[in-house]
Amino acid sequence: MTRYQKEIVIKNLFFILSLISILILGLIVVFLFREGLPIFREVSVREFIFGREWYPTYSPPAYGIWPLIVGSLIVTLFSSLLAVPLGVLSAVYISEIAPPAIKEILKSIIELLAGLPSVVLGFFGMVIIAPWLQDTFDLPTGLNIVNASVLLAVMAVPTISSISEDALYAVPQDFKEASYALGATKFETIARIIIPAALSGISTAVILGMARAIGETMVVLMVAGGAAAIPESIFDSVRPMPASIAAEMGEAPFRSGHYHALFATGIILFFMTLAFNLIADFIAQKFKEVGSATL
Amino acid sequence: MSRLTKIIITAMLCLLIAAPAALAKGNVVIKGSTTVLPVAQAAAEAYMKLHKDVNISLSGGGSGDGIKALMDKSTDIANSSREMKPKEVEQAKAKGVNPVAHTVAIDAIVPIVHPQNRVRNLSLDQLSQIYQGKIRNWKEVGGENLAIVVISRDSSSGTYESWGHLVLNGARVTPRAQLQASNGAIVQAISKNRYAIGYIGIGYLNKSVQALTVGGVPATAKTALTKQYPIARPLYMYTDGTPKGDTEGFIKFLLSKKGQEIVKKEGFVPVK
Repeated sequence: MTRYQKEIVIKNLFFILSLISILILGLIVVFLFREGLPIFREVSVREFIFGREWYPTYSPPAYGIWPLIVGSLIVTLFSSLLAVPLGVLSAVYISEIAPPAIKEILKSIIELLAGLPSVVLGFFGMVIIAPWLQDTFDLPTGLNIVNASVLLAVMAVPTISSISEDALYAVPQDFKEASYALGATKFETIARIIIPAALSGISTAVILGMARAIGETMVVLMVAGGAAAIPESIFDSVRPMPASIAAEMGEAPFRSGHYHALFATGIILFFMTLAFNLIADFIAQKFKEVGSATL
Repeated sequence: MSRLTKIIITAMLCLLIAAPAALAKGNVVIKGSTTVLPVAQAAAEAYMKLHKDVNISLSGGGSGDGIKALMDKSTDIANSSREMKPKEVEQAKAKGVNPVAHTVAIDAIVPIVHPQNRVRNLSLDQLSQIYQGKIRNWKEVGGENLAIVVISRDSSSGTYESWGHLVLNGARVTPRAQLQASNGAIVQAISKNRYAIGYIGIGYLNKSVQALTVGGVPATAKTALTKQYPIARPLYMYTDGTPKGDTEGFIKFLLSKKGQEIVKKEGFVPVK
Protein backbone atom coordinates (compact mmCIF):
# COMPACT_ATOMS: atom_id res chain seq x y z
CA MET A 1 0.00 0.00 0.00
CA THR A 2 1.37 3.35 -0.93
CA ARG A 3 1.45 6.23 1.51
CA TYR A 4 -1.28 7.90 -0.49
CA GLN A 5 -3.62 4.88 -0.27
CA LYS A 6 -2.99 4.59 3.44
CA GLU A 7 -4.00 8.19 3.81
CA ILE A 8 -7.32 7.51 2.06
CA VAL A 9 -8.02 4.41 4.14
CA ILE A 10 -7.38 6.29 7.38
CA LYS A 11 -9.48 9.22 6.26
CA ASN A 12 -12.44 7.00 5.45
CA LEU A 13 -12.06 5.02 8.65
CA PHE A 14 -12.34 8.19 10.71
CA PHE A 15 -15.28 9.31 8.63
CA ILE A 16 -17.10 6.01 9.30
CA LEU A 17 -16.34 6.17 13.02
CA SER A 18 -17.76 9.67 13.33
CA LEU A 19 -20.74 8.60 11.26
CA ILE A 20 -21.39 5.74 13.69
CA SER A 21 -21.50 8.02 16.70
CA ILE A 22 -23.87 10.38 14.92
CA LEU A 23 -26.00 7.43 13.86
CA ILE A 24 -26.19 6.13 17.43
CA LEU A 25 -27.19 9.54 18.71
CA GLY A 26 -29.82 9.80 15.99
CA LEU A 27 -31.27 6.41 16.84
CA ILE A 28 -31.48 7.34 20.52
CA VAL A 29 -33.42 10.47 19.61
CA VAL A 30 -35.73 8.50 17.30
CA PHE A 31 -36.33 5.96 20.07
CA LEU A 32 -36.98 8.71 22.62
CA PHE A 33 -39.63 10.25 20.40
CA ARG A 34 -41.18 6.94 19.39
CA GLU A 35 -41.66 5.95 23.04
CA GLY A 36 -42.61 9.41 24.29
CA LEU A 37 -45.00 10.81 21.72
CA PRO A 38 -47.85 8.29 22.24
CA ILE A 39 -48.67 9.98 25.57
CA PHE A 40 -49.99 12.96 23.63
CA ARG A 41 -52.84 10.79 22.41
CA GLU A 42 -54.00 10.71 26.03
CA VAL A 43 -53.24 14.26 27.13
CA SER A 44 -52.58 17.47 25.22
CA VAL A 45 -49.07 18.93 25.17
CA ARG A 46 -50.34 21.88 27.21
CA GLU A 47 -51.92 19.68 29.88
CA PHE A 48 -48.77 17.59 30.02
CA ILE A 49 -46.36 20.49 30.46
CA PHE A 50 -48.51 22.80 32.58
CA GLY A 51 -50.57 20.22 34.45
CA ARG A 52 -49.96 20.50 38.17
CA GLU A 53 -50.78 16.95 39.14
CA TRP A 54 -48.46 14.02 38.65
CA TYR A 55 -50.37 10.85 39.55
CA PRO A 56 -49.33 8.47 36.77
CA THR A 57 -50.33 5.23 38.48
CA TYR A 58 -53.87 6.14 39.51
CA SER A 59 -56.99 5.59 37.54
CA PRO A 60 -57.75 7.92 35.97
CA PRO A 61 -54.09 8.95 35.80
CA ALA A 62 -52.91 12.58 35.91
CA TYR A 63 -49.88 13.33 33.75
CA GLY A 64 -48.92 16.90 34.60
CA ILE A 65 -45.19 17.50 34.88
CA TRP A 66 -45.21 21.22 35.77
CA PRO A 67 -44.06 20.52 39.37
CA LEU A 68 -41.19 18.42 37.98
CA ILE A 69 -40.15 21.14 35.50
CA VAL A 70 -40.26 23.75 38.28
CA GLY A 71 -38.20 21.41 40.47
CA SER A 72 -35.55 21.03 37.78
CA LEU A 73 -35.38 24.75 37.02
CA ILE A 74 -35.21 25.82 40.63
CA VAL A 75 -32.36 23.52 41.64
CA THR A 76 -30.50 24.51 38.46
CA LEU A 77 -31.00 28.21 39.23
CA PHE A 78 -29.81 27.97 42.83
CA SER A 79 -26.88 25.75 41.98
CA SER A 80 -25.82 28.27 39.30
CA LEU A 81 -25.98 31.08 41.85
CA LEU A 82 -23.38 29.16 43.84
CA ALA A 83 -21.37 27.59 41.07
CA VAL A 84 -20.95 30.55 38.69
CA PRO A 85 -19.06 32.89 41.06
CA LEU A 86 -17.07 29.99 42.47
CA GLY A 87 -16.20 28.54 39.09
CA VAL A 88 -15.42 31.78 37.26
CA LEU A 89 -13.46 33.38 40.09
CA SER A 90 -11.43 30.26 40.73
CA ALA A 91 -10.65 30.17 37.00
CA VAL A 92 -9.49 33.81 37.17
CA TYR A 93 -7.32 33.04 40.16
CA ILE A 94 -5.81 29.94 38.58
CA SER A 95 -5.09 31.46 35.20
CA GLU A 96 -4.07 35.00 36.19
CA ILE A 97 -3.03 35.29 39.82
CA ALA A 98 -1.82 32.01 41.28
CA PRO A 99 1.91 31.24 41.28
CA PRO A 100 2.76 28.19 39.10
CA ALA A 101 3.06 25.68 41.99
CA ILE A 102 -0.34 26.53 43.50
CA LYS A 103 -1.83 26.68 40.02
CA GLU A 104 -0.93 23.05 39.30
CA ILE A 105 -2.28 21.84 42.64
CA LEU A 106 -5.55 23.77 42.32
CA LYS A 107 -6.07 22.63 38.76
CA SER A 108 -5.69 18.97 39.63
CA ILE A 109 -7.95 19.30 42.67
CA ILE A 110 -10.72 20.83 40.59
CA GLU A 111 -10.29 18.10 38.00
CA LEU A 112 -10.53 15.55 40.78
CA LEU A 113 -13.82 17.13 41.80
CA ALA A 114 -15.09 16.48 38.27
CA GLY A 115 -14.19 12.82 38.68
CA LEU A 116 -16.22 12.31 41.85
CA PRO A 117 -19.00 9.81 41.11
CA SER A 118 -22.37 11.50 41.56
CA VAL A 119 -23.66 8.65 43.72
CA VAL A 120 -20.89 9.38 46.22
CA LEU A 121 -21.88 13.03 46.31
CA GLY A 122 -25.51 12.04 46.70
CA PHE A 123 -24.72 9.74 49.58
CA PHE A 124 -22.71 12.48 51.24
CA GLY A 125 -25.69 14.81 50.89
CA MET A 126 -28.03 12.22 52.30
CA VAL A 127 -26.11 11.20 55.41
CA ILE A 128 -24.06 14.33 56.19
CA ILE A 129 -25.63 17.47 54.76
CA ALA A 130 -29.30 16.52 55.23
CA PRO A 131 -29.13 15.87 59.02
CA TRP A 132 -26.90 18.91 59.45
CA LEU A 133 -29.32 21.19 57.57
CA GLN A 134 -32.21 19.77 59.51
CA ASP A 135 -30.61 20.32 62.93
CA THR A 136 -29.12 23.72 62.17
CA PHE A 137 -32.22 25.31 60.71
CA ASP A 138 -34.72 23.15 62.61
CA LEU A 139 -36.41 21.98 59.42
CA PRO A 140 -38.88 19.16 58.90
CA THR A 141 -36.54 17.66 56.30
CA GLY A 142 -32.94 18.01 55.14
CA LEU A 143 -33.67 16.53 51.72
CA ASN A 144 -34.59 19.76 49.98
CA ILE A 145 -33.77 22.37 47.33
CA VAL A 146 -30.82 23.82 49.25
CA ASN A 147 -29.17 20.45 49.73
CA ALA A 148 -29.59 19.47 46.07
CA SER A 149 -28.41 22.88 44.85
CA VAL A 150 -25.24 22.78 46.93
CA LEU A 151 -24.32 19.34 45.58
CA LEU A 152 -25.19 20.24 41.99
CA ALA A 153 -22.99 23.33 42.38
CA VAL A 154 -20.14 21.07 43.43
CA MET A 155 -20.69 19.12 40.22
CA ALA A 156 -20.95 22.20 38.00
CA VAL A 157 -17.89 24.05 39.37
CA PRO A 158 -15.28 21.89 37.58
CA THR A 159 -17.06 22.31 34.23
CA ILE A 160 -17.40 26.06 34.63
CA SER A 161 -13.91 26.50 36.02
CA SER A 162 -11.99 24.49 33.45
CA ILE A 163 -13.78 25.93 30.39
CA SER A 164 -13.50 29.49 31.76
CA GLU A 165 -9.86 28.91 32.41
CA ASP A 166 -9.30 27.87 28.80
CA ALA A 167 -11.04 31.05 27.67
CA LEU A 168 -8.96 33.23 29.97
CA TYR A 169 -5.79 31.46 28.89
CA ALA A 170 -6.60 32.24 25.25
CA VAL A 171 -6.57 36.00 25.87
CA PRO A 172 -3.37 37.09 24.11
CA GLN A 173 -0.40 38.33 26.03
CA ASP A 174 -0.41 41.52 23.90
CA PHE A 175 -3.68 42.68 25.52
CA LYS A 176 -2.29 42.33 29.01
CA GLU A 177 1.00 43.97 28.13
CA ALA A 178 -0.78 46.87 26.46
CA SER A 179 -2.91 47.32 29.56
CA TYR A 180 0.07 47.30 31.90
CA ALA A 181 1.91 49.69 29.59
CA LEU A 182 -0.91 52.18 30.04
CA GLY A 183 -0.37 52.03 33.79
CA ALA A 184 -3.29 49.73 34.72
CA THR A 185 -2.98 47.67 37.89
CA LYS A 186 -3.35 43.90 37.89
CA PHE A 187 -6.94 44.13 39.13
CA GLU A 188 -7.87 46.68 36.46
CA THR A 189 -6.31 44.51 33.80
CA ILE A 190 -8.26 41.45 34.94
CA ALA A 191 -11.58 43.22 35.40
CA ARG A 192 -11.51 45.45 32.33
CA ILE A 193 -9.39 43.64 29.79
CA ILE A 194 -9.06 39.92 30.40
CA ILE A 195 -12.58 39.06 31.55
CA PRO A 196 -14.34 41.08 28.82
CA ALA A 197 -12.06 39.55 26.20
CA ALA A 198 -12.87 36.05 27.46
CA LEU A 199 -16.57 36.71 28.05
CA SER A 200 -17.89 34.52 25.26
CA GLY A 201 -15.88 31.57 26.54
CA ILE A 202 -16.97 32.22 30.12
CA SER A 203 -20.64 32.41 29.08
CA THR A 204 -20.29 29.10 27.28
CA ALA A 205 -18.76 27.63 30.43
CA VAL A 206 -21.62 28.88 32.60
CA ILE A 207 -24.27 27.51 30.29
CA LEU A 208 -22.60 24.13 29.93
CA GLY A 209 -22.31 23.99 33.72
CA MET A 210 -26.03 24.67 34.00
CA ALA A 211 -26.80 22.03 31.39
CA ARG A 212 -24.84 19.57 33.50
CA ALA A 213 -26.83 20.51 36.59
CA ILE A 214 -30.22 20.17 34.91
CA GLY A 215 -29.44 16.75 33.48
CA GLU A 216 -27.87 15.32 36.63
CA THR A 217 -29.88 12.42 37.98
CA MET A 218 -28.34 10.55 40.88
CA VAL A 219 -27.76 13.53 43.17
CA VAL A 220 -31.28 14.91 42.81
CA LEU A 221 -32.76 11.46 43.13
CA MET A 222 -31.00 11.02 46.45
CA VAL A 223 -31.18 14.45 48.07
CA ALA A 224 -33.96 16.54 46.53
CA GLY A 225 -36.60 14.70 48.54
CA GLY A 226 -38.80 13.80 45.62
CA ALA A 227 -42.05 15.63 46.38
CA ALA A 228 -43.95 16.27 43.15
CA ALA A 229 -45.38 19.58 44.35
CA ILE A 230 -44.48 23.16 43.48
CA PRO A 231 -42.20 24.32 46.31
CA GLU A 232 -43.18 27.18 48.61
CA SER A 233 -39.79 27.74 50.20
CA ILE A 234 -36.17 26.86 49.47
CA PHE A 235 -36.35 24.24 52.22
CA ASP A 236 -39.14 22.31 50.50
CA SER A 237 -38.56 19.02 48.72
CA VAL A 238 -38.79 18.90 44.96
CA ARG A 239 -38.77 16.21 42.32
CA PRO A 240 -36.68 17.22 39.30
CA MET A 241 -37.41 15.50 35.99
CA PRO A 242 -34.40 13.15 35.86
CA ALA A 243 -35.14 11.91 39.39
CA SER A 244 -38.72 11.15 38.41
CA ILE A 245 -37.64 9.20 35.34
CA ALA A 246 -35.00 7.22 37.21
CA ALA A 247 -37.23 6.38 40.15
CA GLU A 248 -40.29 5.33 38.21
CA MET A 249 -39.07 3.75 34.97
CA GLY A 250 -38.09 0.48 36.63
CA GLU A 251 -41.63 -0.46 37.55
CA ALA A 252 -43.71 1.35 34.96
CA PRO A 253 -45.61 -1.30 32.98
CA PHE A 254 -44.13 -1.64 29.50
CA ARG A 255 -45.75 0.69 26.91
CA SER A 256 -48.33 1.93 29.41
CA GLY A 257 -49.36 5.57 29.70
CA HIS A 258 -46.96 5.99 32.59
CA TYR A 259 -44.08 4.56 30.53
CA HIS A 260 -44.82 6.91 27.63
CA ALA A 261 -45.21 9.85 30.02
CA LEU A 262 -41.74 9.19 31.44
CA PHE A 263 -40.23 9.12 27.96
CA ALA A 264 -42.11 12.33 27.13
CA THR A 265 -40.56 13.87 30.26
CA GLY A 266 -37.25 12.79 28.75
CA ILE A 267 -38.17 14.64 25.53
CA ILE A 268 -38.84 17.85 27.50
CA LEU A 269 -35.52 17.42 29.30
CA PHE A 270 -33.82 16.79 25.96
CA PHE A 271 -35.21 20.05 24.57
CA MET A 272 -34.09 21.94 27.64
CA THR A 273 -30.49 20.72 27.49
CA LEU A 274 -30.54 21.22 23.70
CA ALA A 275 -31.64 24.83 24.29
CA PHE A 276 -28.80 25.33 26.75
CA ASN A 277 -26.29 23.99 24.24
CA LEU A 278 -27.68 26.10 21.39
CA ILE A 279 -27.49 29.24 23.56
CA ALA A 280 -23.91 28.40 24.47
CA ASP A 281 -23.09 27.90 20.80
CA PHE A 282 -24.85 31.12 19.81
CA ILE A 283 -22.98 33.17 22.41
CA ALA A 284 -19.69 31.60 21.44
CA GLN A 285 -20.30 32.51 17.77
CA LYS A 286 -21.80 35.94 18.27
CA PHE A 287 -19.31 37.34 20.72
CA LYS A 288 -16.37 35.59 19.19
CA GLU A 289 -13.21 37.66 19.54
CA VAL A 290 -11.67 37.86 16.13
CA GLY A 291 -7.99 38.30 15.53
CA SER A 292 -5.40 37.14 18.01
CA ALA A 293 -7.91 36.45 20.83
CA THR A 294 -9.77 33.75 18.90
CA LEU A 295 -10.30 30.62 20.95
CA MET B 1 0.95 -5.87 18.36
CA SER B 2 0.41 -3.18 20.96
CA ARG B 3 -0.50 -4.03 24.52
CA LEU B 4 -3.93 -2.43 24.13
CA THR B 5 -4.81 -4.56 21.13
CA LYS B 6 -3.76 -7.65 23.06
CA ILE B 7 -5.98 -6.69 25.96
CA ILE B 8 -8.93 -6.08 23.68
CA ILE B 9 -8.48 -9.38 21.89
CA THR B 10 -8.17 -11.27 25.17
CA ALA B 11 -11.31 -9.61 26.48
CA MET B 12 -13.21 -10.57 23.34
CA LEU B 13 -12.02 -14.17 23.54
CA CYS B 14 -13.16 -14.31 27.16
CA LEU B 15 -16.59 -13.06 26.11
CA LEU B 16 -16.78 -15.66 23.35
CA ILE B 17 -15.97 -18.42 25.79
CA ALA B 18 -18.14 -17.10 28.60
CA ALA B 19 -21.24 -16.38 26.56
CA PRO B 20 -22.08 -19.99 25.57
CA ALA B 21 -21.33 -21.12 29.14
CA ALA B 22 -23.98 -18.72 30.42
CA LEU B 23 -26.48 -20.25 28.01
CA ALA B 24 -25.67 -23.80 29.10
CA LYS B 25 -28.27 -26.16 30.49
CA GLY B 26 -29.36 -25.88 34.09
CA ASN B 27 -29.69 -22.13 33.89
CA VAL B 28 -32.48 -20.20 35.57
CA VAL B 29 -32.92 -16.45 35.15
CA ILE B 30 -34.89 -14.54 37.78
CA LYS B 31 -35.78 -10.90 37.50
CA GLY B 32 -38.11 -8.36 39.06
CA SER B 33 -39.32 -6.86 42.31
CA THR B 34 -36.72 -5.67 44.79
CA THR B 35 -39.07 -6.73 47.60
CA VAL B 36 -38.90 -10.36 46.53
CA LEU B 37 -35.19 -10.13 45.74
CA PRO B 38 -33.77 -11.01 49.21
CA VAL B 39 -35.92 -14.15 49.35
CA ALA B 40 -35.05 -15.15 45.80
CA GLN B 41 -31.37 -14.58 46.48
CA ALA B 42 -31.22 -16.65 49.65
CA ALA B 43 -33.28 -19.41 48.03
CA ALA B 44 -31.13 -19.37 44.91
CA GLU B 45 -27.97 -19.75 46.97
CA ALA B 46 -29.44 -22.67 48.91
CA TYR B 47 -30.76 -24.30 45.72
CA MET B 48 -27.43 -23.99 43.93
CA LYS B 49 -25.70 -25.60 46.89
CA LEU B 50 -28.01 -28.61 46.53
CA HIS B 51 -27.78 -28.73 42.71
CA LYS B 52 -24.21 -27.91 41.74
CA ASP B 53 -24.91 -28.06 37.99
CA VAL B 54 -27.58 -25.35 38.12
CA ASN B 55 -26.73 -21.73 37.64
CA ILE B 56 -29.27 -19.16 38.80
CA SER B 57 -28.79 -15.56 37.78
CA LEU B 58 -30.70 -12.91 39.68
CA SER B 59 -31.44 -9.28 39.13
CA GLY B 60 -33.81 -6.71 40.61
CA GLY B 61 -35.22 -3.75 38.76
CA GLY B 62 -38.79 -3.83 39.96
CA SER B 63 -41.99 -5.78 39.36
CA GLY B 64 -42.67 -4.03 36.06
CA ASP B 65 -39.21 -4.86 34.75
CA GLY B 66 -39.59 -8.50 35.71
CA ILE B 67 -42.93 -8.79 33.95
CA LYS B 68 -41.52 -7.02 30.89
CA ALA B 69 -38.67 -9.52 30.83
CA LEU B 70 -41.11 -12.44 31.11
CA MET B 71 -42.98 -11.11 28.06
CA ASP B 72 -39.73 -10.79 26.12
CA LYS B 73 -38.84 -14.33 27.24
CA SER B 74 -35.57 -13.00 28.65
CA THR B 75 -36.32 -14.39 32.09
CA ASP B 76 -37.67 -17.69 33.40
CA ILE B 77 -39.16 -16.29 36.58
CA ALA B 78 -40.54 -12.79 37.10
CA ASN B 79 -40.72 -11.68 40.72
CA SER B 80 -43.58 -9.37 41.47
CA SER B 81 -44.93 -7.71 44.56
CA ARG B 82 -48.24 -7.08 42.83
CA GLU B 83 -50.60 -9.04 40.64
CA MET B 84 -50.12 -8.60 36.91
CA LYS B 85 -52.45 -5.95 35.50
CA PRO B 86 -55.08 -7.13 33.02
CA LYS B 87 -53.40 -5.00 30.36
CA GLU B 88 -50.07 -6.73 31.01
CA VAL B 89 -51.68 -10.19 30.82
CA GLU B 90 -53.19 -9.20 27.49
CA GLN B 91 -49.84 -8.04 26.15
CA ALA B 92 -48.16 -11.23 27.36
CA LYS B 93 -50.79 -13.42 25.67
CA ALA B 94 -50.35 -11.44 22.44
CA LYS B 95 -46.65 -12.35 22.56
CA GLY B 96 -47.44 -16.02 23.16
CA VAL B 97 -46.53 -15.96 26.85
CA ASN B 98 -48.94 -17.50 29.32
CA PRO B 99 -48.17 -16.06 32.76
CA VAL B 100 -48.78 -18.36 35.72
CA ALA B 101 -48.64 -16.93 39.26
CA HIS B 102 -47.03 -18.72 42.22
CA THR B 103 -47.59 -17.16 45.64
CA VAL B 104 -44.29 -17.64 47.46
CA ALA B 105 -44.57 -15.43 50.54
CA ILE B 106 -46.66 -12.81 52.25
CA ASP B 107 -45.29 -9.37 52.84
CA ALA B 108 -46.58 -7.20 55.62
CA ILE B 109 -46.06 -3.47 55.10
CA VAL B 110 -45.17 -1.67 58.30
CA PRO B 111 -45.48 2.05 59.03
CA ILE B 112 -42.30 3.31 60.68
CA VAL B 113 -41.23 6.44 62.55
CA HIS B 114 -38.08 7.78 64.21
CA PRO B 115 -37.38 6.03 67.57
CA GLN B 116 -37.76 9.35 69.41
CA ASN B 117 -41.32 9.78 68.18
CA ARG B 118 -43.80 9.20 71.02
CA VAL B 119 -46.50 7.83 68.74
CA ARG B 120 -46.57 4.03 68.80
CA ASN B 121 -49.95 3.22 67.26
CA LEU B 122 -52.08 4.62 64.45
CA SER B 123 -55.41 3.45 63.11
CA LEU B 124 -55.76 2.59 59.43
CA ASP B 125 -57.88 5.70 59.01
CA GLN B 126 -55.28 7.95 60.67
CA LEU B 127 -52.61 6.54 58.38
CA SER B 128 -54.83 7.23 55.40
CA GLN B 129 -55.45 10.83 56.53
CA ILE B 130 -51.73 11.40 57.12
CA TYR B 131 -50.84 10.11 53.66
CA GLN B 132 -53.55 12.20 52.03
CA GLY B 133 -52.10 15.27 53.74
CA LYS B 134 -55.20 15.87 55.86
CA ILE B 135 -53.46 15.27 59.19
CA ARG B 136 -50.31 17.39 59.15
CA ASN B 137 -49.13 17.56 62.74
CA TRP B 138 -48.10 14.79 65.12
CA LYS B 139 -50.09 16.38 67.96
CA GLU B 140 -53.32 15.48 66.12
CA VAL B 141 -52.52 11.81 66.64
CA GLY B 142 -51.13 12.08 70.17
CA GLY B 143 -47.55 13.08 69.47
CA GLU B 144 -45.46 16.21 69.93
CA ASN B 145 -46.25 19.48 68.19
CA LEU B 146 -44.21 18.74 65.07
CA ALA B 147 -45.08 18.83 61.39
CA ILE B 148 -45.45 15.41 59.83
CA VAL B 149 -43.08 14.68 56.95
CA VAL B 150 -44.71 12.03 54.82
CA ILE B 151 -42.28 9.68 53.09
CA SER B 152 -43.53 7.30 50.47
CA ARG B 153 -42.13 4.90 47.90
CA ASP B 154 -41.98 6.11 44.30
CA SER B 155 -45.34 5.91 42.60
CA SER B 156 -44.60 2.89 40.44
CA SER B 157 -43.22 0.53 43.07
CA GLY B 158 -45.30 -2.45 44.09
CA THR B 159 -45.08 -1.39 47.73
CA TYR B 160 -46.59 2.01 46.88
CA GLU B 161 -49.35 0.32 44.98
CA SER B 162 -50.18 -2.06 47.82
CA TRP B 163 -50.04 0.78 50.34
CA GLY B 164 -52.36 2.88 48.16
CA HIS B 165 -54.72 -0.04 47.84
CA LEU B 166 -54.67 -1.31 51.44
CA VAL B 167 -54.38 1.96 53.37
CA LEU B 168 -55.62 4.76 51.14
CA ASN B 169 -58.32 2.83 49.29
CA GLY B 170 -57.24 4.42 46.04
CA ALA B 171 -57.19 8.01 47.37
CA ARG B 172 -54.24 10.13 46.22
CA VAL B 173 -51.09 10.45 48.26
CA THR B 174 -50.37 14.13 49.00
CA PRO B 175 -48.03 15.68 46.41
CA ARG B 176 -45.96 17.01 49.34
CA ALA B 177 -44.94 13.43 50.14
CA GLN B 178 -41.24 12.78 49.70
CA LEU B 179 -40.57 9.85 47.45
CA GLN B 180 -37.74 7.40 48.00
CA ALA B 181 -36.62 4.83 45.47
CA SER B 182 -36.20 1.82 47.77
CA ASN B 183 -37.14 0.29 51.11
CA GLY B 184 -33.58 0.82 52.30
CA ALA B 185 -33.66 4.52 51.40
CA ILE B 186 -36.83 4.95 53.44
CA VAL B 187 -35.26 3.33 56.51
CA GLN B 188 -32.24 5.60 56.03
CA ALA B 189 -34.39 8.73 55.75
CA ILE B 190 -36.66 7.88 58.71
CA SER B 191 -33.75 7.00 61.00
CA LYS B 192 -32.37 10.51 60.45
CA ASN B 193 -35.62 12.45 60.73
CA ARG B 194 -37.82 12.66 63.82
CA TYR B 195 -40.58 14.44 61.88
CA ALA B 196 -41.00 11.65 59.40
CA ILE B 197 -43.29 8.69 58.82
CA GLY B 198 -42.68 6.04 56.20
CA TYR B 199 -43.63 2.48 55.29
CA ILE B 200 -41.54 -0.55 54.36
CA GLY B 201 -41.78 -4.26 53.78
CA ILE B 202 -41.49 -6.12 57.09
CA GLY B 203 -38.24 -7.70 55.86
CA TYR B 204 -36.45 -4.35 55.91
CA LEU B 205 -37.29 -3.49 59.52
CA ASN B 206 -34.25 -2.83 61.72
CA LYS B 207 -33.40 -1.22 65.02
CA SER B 208 -32.72 2.25 63.62
CA VAL B 209 -36.46 2.85 63.19
CA GLN B 210 -39.60 2.28 65.26
CA ALA B 211 -42.41 0.14 63.84
CA LEU B 212 -45.96 1.28 64.57
CA THR B 213 -48.86 -0.99 65.40
CA VAL B 214 -51.89 -0.52 63.16
CA GLY B 215 -55.20 -0.34 65.04
CA GLY B 216 -53.39 -1.95 67.97
CA VAL B 217 -52.19 -4.94 65.95
CA PRO B 218 -48.41 -5.36 65.64
CA ALA B 219 -47.08 -6.51 62.28
CA THR B 220 -45.79 -10.04 62.79
CA ALA B 221 -45.79 -13.23 60.78
CA LYS B 222 -48.71 -14.54 62.78
CA THR B 223 -50.96 -11.49 62.51
CA ALA B 224 -50.26 -11.18 58.80
CA LEU B 225 -51.12 -14.81 58.10
CA THR B 226 -54.36 -14.68 60.11
CA LYS B 227 -55.20 -11.41 58.29
CA GLN B 228 -55.60 -9.63 61.62
CA TYR B 229 -52.91 -7.23 60.50
CA PRO B 230 -54.56 -5.17 57.80
CA ILE B 231 -51.59 -4.16 55.61
CA ALA B 232 -50.34 -7.42 54.13
CA ARG B 233 -50.02 -8.63 50.54
CA PRO B 234 -48.89 -11.78 48.76
CA LEU B 235 -45.62 -11.88 46.79
CA TYR B 236 -45.58 -13.68 43.46
CA MET B 237 -43.26 -15.43 41.09
CA TYR B 238 -44.58 -15.56 37.53
CA THR B 239 -43.56 -18.17 34.99
CA ASP B 240 -44.44 -18.70 31.35
CA GLY B 241 -46.88 -21.60 31.47
CA THR B 242 -46.41 -24.39 34.02
CA PRO B 243 -42.74 -24.33 34.95
CA LYS B 244 -40.44 -27.10 33.69
CA GLY B 245 -37.00 -28.40 34.50
CA ASP B 246 -34.91 -26.37 36.90
CA THR B 247 -37.44 -23.54 37.03
CA GLU B 248 -39.98 -26.02 38.35
CA GLY B 249 -37.37 -27.41 40.73
CA PHE B 250 -36.58 -23.96 42.09
CA ILE B 251 -40.17 -22.94 42.69
CA LYS B 252 -40.95 -26.30 44.29
CA PHE B 253 -37.92 -25.82 46.51
CA LEU B 254 -39.08 -22.36 47.55
CA LEU B 255 -42.52 -23.69 48.41
CA SER B 256 -41.08 -26.64 50.32
CA LYS B 257 -40.56 -26.58 54.07
CA LYS B 258 -36.93 -25.62 53.65
CA GLY B 259 -37.74 -22.85 51.18
CA GLN B 260 -40.41 -21.40 53.41
CA GLU B 261 -37.92 -21.35 56.27
CA ILE B 262 -35.78 -19.08 54.10
CA VAL B 263 -38.81 -16.87 53.51
CA LYS B 264 -39.25 -16.61 57.26
CA LYS B 265 -35.59 -15.90 57.85
CA GLU B 266 -35.67 -13.03 55.38
CA GLY B 267 -38.41 -11.40 57.43
CA PHE B 268 -41.41 -12.33 55.30
CA VAL B 269 -44.36 -14.47 56.20
CA PRO B 270 -44.39 -18.06 54.86
CA VAL B 271 -47.46 -19.08 52.87
CA LYS B 272 -47.60 -22.57 54.37
